[in-house]
Amino acid sequence: MFAYIIKRLLTGVVVVVLVSMAVFALLWYGPESPARPICVQETSNRCTDERLANFEESMGYNNPIYVEYGKYAKGIFVGREMALGGNTIQCDAPCFGFSFRSRALVWDELIERLPATISLAIGGATLYLLLGIPIGIAAARRRGTLGDKLLVSSFLVISSIPYYLFALVAWLYCTLVWDLPVLGDSGYTPLLDNPAKWFAGLLLPWLCLGIFNCTAYTRYTRGAMVESLSEDYIRTAKAKGLPARTVVYKHGLRSALVPVVTIFGIDLGILLAGTIFTERIFEIQGIGLWGLRAVGSFDLPVISATAMFGAIVIIVSNIIVDVVYGVLDPRVRVS
Amino acid sequence: MTDSIIQPRAHQMSEEGAYLAVENLTIEFPTPDGPLTAVNDLSYTVGMGQTLGIVGESGSGKSVSSMAVLGLHDTKRTKITGSIRIGDKEVVGLSESGMRKLRGNAVSMIFQDALAALHPFYRVGGQLAEAYQVHHSNASKRDARRKAIEMLDRVGIPQPDRRVDDFPHQFSGGMRQRAMIAMGLINDPSLLIADEPTTALDVTVQAQILDLLQDLQREFNSAVIIITHDLGVVAEMADDVLVMYAGRAVEYGTTKQILSHPEMPYTWGLLSSIPDVQSDTSARLIPIPGNPPSLLNPPSGCSFHPRCAHVDKVPGSLCSTTLPRLTPASIGTAHVKRCHLADPDAIYQREVLPEIAPDLVEEN
Repeated sequence: MFAYIIKRLLTGVVVVVLVSMAVFALLWYGPESPARPICVQETSNRCTDERLANFEESMGYNNPIYVEYGKYAKGIFVGREMALGGNTIQCDAPCFGFSFRSRALVWDELIERLPATISLAIGGATLYLLLGIPIGIAAARRRGTLGDKLLVSSFLVISSIPYYLFALVAWLYCTLVWDLPVLGDSGYTPLLDNPAKWFAGLLLPWLCLGIFNCTAYTRYTRGAMVESLSEDYIRTAKAKGLPARTVVYKHGLRSALVPVVTIFGIDLGILLAGTIFTERIFEIQGIGLWGLRAVGSFDLPVISATAMFGAIVIIVSNIIVDVVYGVLDPRVRVS
Repeated sequence: MTDSIIQPRAHQMSEEGAYLAVENLTIEFPTPDGPLTAVNDLSYTVGMGQTLGIVGESGSGKSVSSMAVLGLHDTKRTKITGSIRIGDKEVVGLSESGMRKLRGNAVSMIFQDALAALHPFYRVGGQLAEAYQVHHSNASKRDARRKAIEMLDRVGIPQPDRRVDDFPHQFSGGMRQRAMIAMGLINDPSLLIADEPTTALDVTVQAQILDLLQDLQREFNSAVIIITHDLGVVAEMADDVLVMYAGRAVEYGTTKQILSHPEMPYTWGLLSSIPDVQSDTSARLIPIPGNPPSLLNPPSGCSFHPRCAHVDKVPGSLCSTTLPRLTPASIGTAHVKRCHLADPDAIYQREVLPEIAPDLVEEN
């Protein structure tokens, strides 16, 4: 098992390196000179070709790509000195460069924004698990009844609304139309600054993520439970004389959870990599919103950093899913 | 009308009152296409220490009727009438909690395909211990584990104290079935229902499992129902045989009677379709023509008549219009059959036996 995890981590590292190369190359060979945004900024919109050439020269864009990638990679591990509009600044490891827009170090901005995204993702994911799994179990136990049919079809309606519309309408009504006390006040306050405000500000975003995504988890859980409850071993469990609760939860749910946990791990990874719509609508300064703004302003170092961060989070969550899968299902346990 | 008045007196125990008595059991499932009668007016008895073999094709109602004994049908989706008595307790209409006390305790069931019937995520020992603990609420975890090891040892699993911590997939097919049997017997049941216990196993393991079941039955003196489509298993194990077709009993009697003087063409068909190891390798199997009937829309009269080769020996169209009653067979007393043929034994000896066992005819 340990060797297996090490092996998965090593492949993960290779993938991250490949992602960083791909992003670096894509931006390098992109349609726009990578130095233009900073040139425009520094020269107050008077970025002539001559000035642009100067910036390209000072930022190293005239060197071969592999030299610059080498510097970039070295910066991540040991730090580097960077030229910024004539000045040289020290960028300590892990150095992902500095943001063209804010001039702050990318790593510092990432660390600053991470808690918001983590709060949002963990809270939302907890909520949709807590809603989706019990509702799915209840529906599976009552499958074919009117209640089950109503639930399945009403959840289909919710999940066929685009998420951004769902969240936007929720925000509009809670904040502007009804001006609700807690729900109308969404935004991010660091947990350590004011836990109550942290909770209140995130409540509506959590509810949006939770309610919208729980429909999918209800469907997964219901499907997996219907399947597991029709297995032979459920009949065996009943034939042993076990109470219905033990049959459903200990025997049925245990196997139904395996596919749900798999999907959950990957979904949580995606949430952590940035909930762009939620962060944008509720103005939460997290990774998703940061990435979105970076794309809008051609802030290359930030774009590269968010891409690599996303890749790392998703690779790690995949490895965790695999390990958990082995814990849940002894048949796939790697010896 | 009650066919069930006529009961074979196959064994001494039934005279004193059988442990399991099923009377006029009818099981109906409502389906979108109308009610499906899976078991129709079925009656049989099994005494302590006795083995009843229930034989029939898929869909003949053999498993459905046995699951009713454990109350394993969804009560909301099943209509069960008639009576099932276990010991002196009526099971039809018994509450779920009352039923649960019987399940796995006084009555237990061994299923076919132990790989699917054991939970893949729990250790074999844990599953056995769970079956023990649910009926011994004051037994500690350690007691239950000791009991599980003891049972695994009893069914012949080597190194039971180590294998108890294995998962089902780490067992071989035969060992899984042994573990299944150990689980079925862990609470010393008085009635054991084995639903095709050897179907998924290869022949040598089949023989071992059957031997094991017989030994354990002797040891526990339990009543056993063995559900199978293999008359070879019946010949080896059963005291009585119940042949089912389309949800009804079509022939019921002692194993000896049924195997030597079968009087129902469907039983003949089952006997004919057994391959004979000693016969010529080029000899062809004799299948029963046609397919099992639809239970939603069963044939009129005798359900077997569309597939029966002897319909023309019955005067008129009796076979297709009138359901034959279970009547005493012409030979022997402990034997009933559901057939219009006037002299079935003669037809069997003259037409069927020479085809399936020529050497037996010569001996006679």
